[in-house]
Amino acid sequence: MADSVTGLVGSFRYVDSLLEAIEQVREAGYRDLQALSPVPHHAIDEALKKPVSPVRYFTLAGCLLGCLIGFTLTISTSLYYPLITGGKPIVSIPPFLIIVFELTILFGGLLTLGGMLLNARLPIVGVGPAYHPRFSEDQFGLWVRCADKDYETVTSLLKNAGAEEILRAGQETAL
Amino acid sequence: MAQLTYHQVDSDILRAMQAPGWRYYTLLSIDLIVVAWGIFAWRYTVQHGLGVWGLTHPVMWAMDITNFVFWVGIAHSGTLISAILYLFRVRWRASIYRTAEAVTVFALFTAGLFPIIHLGRPWVFHWLLPYSQFGGLWVNFRSPLVWDVFAVMTYMIISVLFFFTGLVPDMAVVRNRSSGWRQKIYAFMAQGWQGTDRQWHHYKAAYVFLAALATPLVISVHSVVSWDFAQTIVPGWHSTIFAPYFVAGAIHSGLAMVIMLLIPVRRVFRLDAYLTQEHLENLAKLIILTGLIVGYAYAVETYIAWYSNNVPEWQRFTYQVTGEYAVPFWIMILFNSLVPLLFFIKRIRTSTPWLLIIAILINIGMWMERFVIIVTGLAHEYDPYSWGLFIPTWVDISITLGAFAWFFLWFLLFIKFLPVISIVEVKEELPPPMKSHSREH
Repeated sequence: MADSVTGLVGSFRYVDSLLEAIEQVREAGYRDLQALSPVPHHAIDEALKKPVSPVRYFTLAGCLLGCLIGFTLTISTSLYYPLITGGKPIVSIPPFLIIVFELTILFGGLLTLGGMLLNARLPIVGVGPAYHPRFSEDQFGLWVRCADKDYETVTSLLKNAGAEEILRAGQETAL
Repeated sequence: MAQLTYHQVDSDILRAMQAPGWRYYTLLSIDLIVVAWGIFAWRYTVQHGLGVWGLTHPVMWAMDITNFVFWVGIAHSGTLISAILYLFRVRWRASIYRTAEAVTVFALFTAGLFPIIHLGRPWVFHWLLPYSQFGGLWVNFRSPLVWDVFAVMTYMIISVLFFFTGLVPDMAVVRNRSSGWRQKIYAFMAQGWQGTDRQWHHYKAAYVFLAALATPLVISVHSVVSWDFAQTIVPGWHSTIFAPYFVAGAIHSGLAMVIMLLIPVRRVFRLDAYLTQEHLENLAKLIILTGLIVGYAYAVETYIAWYSNNVPEWQRFTYQVTGEYAVPFWIMILFNSLVPLLFFIKRIRTSTPWLLIIAILINIGMWMERFVIIVTGLAHEYDPYSWGLFIPTWVDISITLGAFAWFFLWFLLFIKFLPVISIVEVKEELPPPMKSHSREH
């Protein structure tokens, strides 16, 4: 998607400068933003007005799936080859619940990870066009996707908010 | 930690990953020799059969199972620190959780070996797994040993996932600072991490859920391990207190192991700014709690043995206290429930040498506890005609030492290949760089 690699990346030293930039750029009508930061920060999510992450539904689905697999596995295999051990019923629910519990957790965890990767669009080969190693160290970045004609407006918006350096996306990716 | 900057955190923590000196290689070589000796002892077992161990009827479970229970227990404190304290928003966990989580993963790598070693025929270990065997017969889901397979395997998979998920943002930092083939490996582990808002948003959500899943899991795992014993009718094993007793003991030993490893790590890599005395003191306070629970469990066991008026139960108890295994028993009482009480004294729990000594004593005590529970239970069951005495052979001891070396081998590799402290979580605990703050200065 060549057209998506457009826009400007401002780099900020302070979180509040970044937040200010997000607010101003959004007010000016640019909604296709990407913030880059070395640490997660609630205020960034709030400034970008992000909805609650859907990873929770993956966790729930995984837990329900694991629970179902647990019951199916234990009950169906016991019925398939009915062998009485310890004088206990073929389908002994209390001990089976332990297997059910473990599989609930196992599939819940696996699908949580899967949901995270899917939603965060990971893994990827290399890094995105806006990335710079300093965004993993001590700088905050804001990538505003915009057309060439808007570069001047966006540059001044980012500068006013306190951007120390502004680059074109895809211009300088160290990796 | 307030005076640290983000840049300095990166430099300080990554400094530990620099090329090691001769001391490291010496330690690694000694460790590898012990691992090799352990592997030789295992090979000897496979060649000659389990008879080369000290196993004697009726003591058919001894040091191997002791090691299994001990190492699963060591794993528990890592999950306590990384998941449970995370859910409780305990801030001081940030600098110790990576090491604790690594201890969990490596302890499980060690624990997982023992059921396989104990098979005697390790090449048929897949019979433990749930699949259709021998004309459609599956594993017996009513057996505690099968519960164990599920619990420990789930625990291992979830712990590894949790460990590597926590590592991803840190791997991006390491990737950016390394070059050549190292950069390729770290770039692979970073999975293309850039710290975008989208990535952080879903990452944080997933991390909370993984922690929330790991919390009940960790409690279930040592409960299930304890049921390997409690589900039988062996006197001293058949007890409802076993699950909480084992879980508390597990965390007790695990915390001691974490202290034992953090102290040298802090000293060698000069990480005093990150691993402060306060961290160790807080761990010591947790040890007071677990030590008291373990001490309470010992008292309850004693009381029930007497109050039940059950002859086999009481004879097993008197045998444990005064019989052939009295020394391990009293070591266990002293090191697990009495010595940790010294941590009530502030001067002791804030002194590094004392912390280290007590941590080592607790580890010895907890190993002895597993041994005492398993071996004395089996040695004196109901029928005096079939009482037996287990005496470890050189093979038992070699495999045990080899396992310790195997655990430390992973740990030694970990401290050089991965950041020992979570870079991102330490940064999160620092006040974020603010324009408004910098104007004030």
